[in-house]
Amino acid sequence: MSLTTNKNFAPDQKGQGWKIFKSPKLEPFLYLSPSIILICLVIFVPLVIGISYAFQSISLFRPSDTGWIGFEHFEDIYQDRKFYKSLRNTFWWTFTSVILQFSLGLGLAMLLKAGFKGQKFFQALIFLPWAVPTFLSALTWAWLFNPVIGPLSHWMFALGILDEPYNILADPSIAMYGPIAANVWFGIPFFAITLLAALQSIPDEMYEAAAIDGASKWQVFSKITLPFLAPMIVITVMLRTVWIANFADFIYVMTSGGPANSTQILSTYIFLTAFKKLDFGYASAVSVVLLVLLLIFATLLLKMRQKFVRVN
Amino acid sequence: MSVFAKPAVGWTISKYIVLALYLAFALFPLYWLLKISVTPEKLIYSDGVALWPSEFTLDNFKSVLLYTDFLIYFKNSIFVSFGTAALTTVLAAAAGYAFSRFQFRGKKIIIGIMLITQMFPLLIIIAPIYRIISGMGLLNTLTSLIVVYTAFNVPFATFLMQSFFDGIPKDLEEAAMIDGCTRLQAVRKVVFPLTLPGLAATLGFVFTAAWSELLFAIMLINSNDKMTFPVGLLTFVSKFSVDWGQMMAAGVFALVPSCLFFIFIQRYLVQGLTSGAVKG
Amino acid sequence: MSNIQLRRISKSYGDVEVMNDINLEIQDGEFIVLVGPSGCGKSTLLRMIAGLEPITAGDLLFDDELVNELAPRDRDIAMVFQSYALYPHMDVARNMGFSLEIRGEKAQIIDQRTQKSADTLGLKGLLDRLPKALSGGQRQRVAMGRAIARDPKAFLFDEPLSNLDAALRVEMRLEIAKLHQRLGATMIYVTHDQVEALTLADRIVVLNEGKIQQIGKPLELYQSPANLFVANFIGSPTMNIFDVKRVGAELQLVNGALIGMSGGGAAVSFGIRPEHIAIVAQDKGHVVGTAEVVERLGSDSNIYTQVDGLGQVLIRHHGNTELNIGDKFGLEFNVSAAHLFDSDGIRLTLDK
Repeated sequence: MSLTTNKNFAPDQKGQGWKIFKSPKLEPFLYLSPSIILICLVIFVPLVIGISYAFQSISLFRPSDTGWIGFEHFEDIYQDRKFYKSLRNTFWWTFTSVILQFSLGLGLAMLLKAGFKGQKFFQALIFLPWAVPTFLSALTWAWLFNPVIGPLSHWMFALGILDEPYNILADPSIAMYGPIAANVWFGIPFFAITLLAALQSIPDEMYEAAAIDGASKWQVFSKITLPFLAPMIVITVMLRTVWIANFADFIYVMTSGGPANSTQILSTYIFLTAFKKLDFGYASAVSVVLLVLLLIFATLLLKMRQKFVRVN
Repeated sequence: MSVFAKPAVGWTISKYIVLALYLAFALFPLYWLLKISVTPEKLIYSDGVALWPSEFTLDNFKSVLLYTDFLIYFKNSIFVSFGTAALTTVLAAAAGYAFSRFQFRGKKIIIGIMLITQMFPLLIIIAPIYRIISGMGLLNTLTSLIVVYTAFNVPFATFLMQSFFDGIPKDLEEAAMIDGCTRLQAVRKVVFPLTLPGLAATLGFVFTAAWSELLFAIMLINSNDKMTFPVGLLTFVSKFSVDWGQMMAAGVFALVPSCLFFIFIQRYLVQGLTSGAVKG
Repeated sequence: MSNIQLRRISKSYGDVEVMNDINLEIQDGEFIVLVGPSGCGKSTLLRMIAGLEPITAGDLLFDDELVNELAPRDRDIAMVFQSYALYPHMDVARNMGFSLEIRGEKAQIIDQRTQKSADTLGLKGLLDRLPKALSGGQRQRVAMGRAIARDPKAFLFDEPLSNLDAALRVEMRLEIAKLHQRLGATMIYVTHDQVEALTLADRIVVLNEGKIQQIGKPLELYQSPANLFVANFIGSPTMNIFDVKRVGAELQLVNGALIGMSGGGAAVSFGIRPEHIAIVAQDKGHVVGTAEVVERLGSDSNIYTQVDGLGQVLIRHHGNTELNIGDKFGLEFNVSAAHLFDSDGIRLTLDK
């Protein structure tokens, strides 16, 4: 590793810029270390501790009863009907939200792709829901569904969807549609922005060549646009699915998991177990299960993506 | 999509109709928030589902500012959000610069670690964080929120900053170093002025994220004088759930800063999101 | 002004050695061109001289002083980048005066020097423009102006003309040649364009795969290339190379034709430049060929000729030619200008 053959050479005072190569392997770490240290201390250390909690009894209500208990929490989970309910709801909540966000987002991106006068202004407005703080979106939608103050139940009544204008958030059979509606509203911009950027990166020559080859609109979409977007779609859908599965704000604010646990998903269940029951051990065990499920999902999707890429 | 042929008029009209529907869907909830906030209290029930308030007032905003704790929440939130944004941007700029300008052993691993933080349920660390923070005696402090938020936001902000640095040719720094700059001088005089939009976008993005965080704020803050806006508003809602006009006025206050930031930064976010997603 | 010495310089990235045992001594005021195909390491070598790349092993000396460890800023060199690397947020004047500004020069002196180099390069009216408001040629001039404004020990050029169109390239080439004459400064110039190398250089360094193939004056390289690589790389159109074998005392082409050369004991290849082949009657000359493609360039004609058992041979004929496609004729090699190479590709010295 000697940089010089002449070690006696000493750079003069002004040569301090020489740091560049003096430790060429260490310099990037100098810039990275504050971030890495912070992330390790605030995220990874607690992560390891959090996973270890899953095998301990840690409840602030029963402080005497603390200690290692092996897989007891997981055995409890196995028998926990609330857990299964939350798991089903998590699937329902996540996939309905993602599918609606994605298809509406893709539609919007396609419409915006061609471009029109005043598009920049229009775009800033239509992407606005994304900028609204999530707790506020949740509150706003909760208010919209409230028949006292919001119009939605009255409209649904007028359309014959509801028998009378009542708050759907209080009806266990349909309460989940409330947070889902808010989530779709909030999530369309993310998909529209990413897909629009991806669409704009498809070279015009591709479309011109397809036009010369006599492709129909549908053929152009299915044979050119979609395959080009596929890798991007898989990634964004994966990131979004994982994010939404973890995302508790809307449900926590709008329904707190109720009524009768009809909107309880795993992440709200974890939060409420930790926050209201202060049973950190059980909350951690449930989050470990959620983590494992998400890892399985992400792996499957990435495998699928590899196949996609090979086909392309 | 075809190269020359103009699309049919019917097609164009239906396109604009659909776009208008999207716009209505996007803006209606925000409009409703605004509408209730400017409706006089006595008319809230009688106006009901009317699309337009029959009378207009700013009383709700006045009482929120004068008779509630929202100014304190607002101040706390501003402090936490600016603190987080400033700290995160500094850290992310340094890390993004390292990713952009150096090839080094372990780079992939570090990028992988940062990506993972964006993937796993952060709820898993909520209990340990609570215990660590309380063990350090930092419960109920805004500092604890800034530290936690910064750690959450550094990874994405780093990828964002990296994409901005990637857009600045390495040649420029090298030219500056040959012109007599140290690396720090080259960064300060050449790279920094060119990254200003990127820094601003990152600041804005992190500010918005910190502004709206709820769960950790609920967990780590419980005294009224330290509450951030989300927690304060939520407490207000559960305590006085009938004062609709005031709540919505408070909501409008919460909305303004992040919307302002968003309108300013949205085009940079497209860049960051795209390169981030492609890299993943 | 200074002389620059490279002694046994090598460069590795991890375990991969990209540059090996480079020795070169550059005299004060000399114009050296580093030339070679892309990936040959010429830019890496230049960047090592500039201090932008660490040197793995070997010594780099400026005026007999070891500078391996010196930061770029302390080497007192100027560099013109392929991309020009103009600072986009500074106007032309500030771009040119930036290095003086960094060194804490007085505003008045900066102004004076900037004006002077702007005059030299015809940039007078553009001093308050930003780079984005300049044409490609103007940017190139600013990049050069930035270099001359500071009067450095040496100028480094990294393919400075490759982003210009053909006409501008010729113009700027001339400009650089004049600049060198006027300043008399040491210049090191990297290019892949052999015309730039041949026209600008006092001496050319031909590089391939991280090794110096030959160092010499432009004509030396043309007339006596050290090896097959240099023979092929220098000269346009490229040299014709044929396999030869020894039959008795005589060398014979693979198709059996004798070329009238003896000596050159170990020769396996015979090289002849297109301009050293004459067109003669069919029964004269060394071999017979048929014209396949004729390119008429006005001042010259290139005749791509098919020769039985030998393949394609390129002939360069001065002026216009009357030959047409399909014509048969004899090819006479000017053997005194031809070269022989051994099995390692090294040129054999013949006693002519």
